[in-house]
Amino acid sequence: MKWLLVAVIVVATAVAELLQAIAMKRHGEVRDFRPGAIGRLVALLARNKYILISFGALAVSFFAFMALLSVADLSFAAPATAASYVLETVLAKYLLHEHVSPGRWAGASLVACGVAMLSL
Amino acid sequence: MNVRAARLRLKTRAFTALAVLTSVGGNFSLSCGVRQAGRLVSLSPLPYVRALFNPWVALGVSLLIVWLLSYMTLLSWADLSYVLPVTSIGYVLSSLAGRVFLHEQISPWRWAGILCIVVGVTLVARTAPYRSGATP
Repeated sequence: MKWLLVAVIVVATAVAELLQAIAMKRHGEVRDFRPGAIGRLVALLARNKYILISFGALAVSFFAFMALLSVADLSFAAPATAASYVLETVLAKYLLHEHVSPGRWAGASLVACGVAMLSL
Repeated sequence: MNVRAARLRLKTRAFTALAVLTSVGGNFSLSCGVRQAGRLVSLSPLPYVRALFNPWVALGVSLLIVWLLSYMTLLSWADLSYVLPVTSIGYVLSSLAGRVFLHEQISPWRWAGILCIVVGVTLVARTAPYRSGATP
């Protein structure tokens, strides 16, 4: 049960962030930060299907995390989020075709190790 | 480095700082508020709605909305494989805030974890934020 919830959290978080990255890359660089422009951006994003699905995935990951906390300690739950750093870097390389340099691989792995160690 | 790249790097730093500070502040005030609001394990939505009227919960939720917007704005030009590790510096700030404000103990393992994250974030932050060759 615990590991099933961990899998749900890691996959749902990865799906949410990948979809957000795809939607925002398609939108292009945000340059206008006046209040009106930010309002228009929010209205535009609220109708974007990638963003809507990503919010659904975020909700799944949030409630799965709450459920995990009710059956496991935080010290078990926190390292679960560490696995998503490595998974999302792999997905960013193969699905988003990002150039992941050795420096980024090393950095992402160190961050994942560090997050896992925070629970010790 | 041309002017455009320098400007984008500065903008990336500014939005990373905004995303990190709002997520740390948001989670911190949310957990303060939830502790005041009491147990939230319920099938009825009522206790959750009532909790929203707690000022700490309201502040936390507002900050987390700003976090989501700034995180998504950052993704409009920066790579996910850049944004994801770099914003994890928030874990370090949360741990330090716990020590300073809540007087929590930090074990040697946690200090080692904090060091790992800081080194990892530094490594990633040194790379260009957007895909090399592609105009963001």
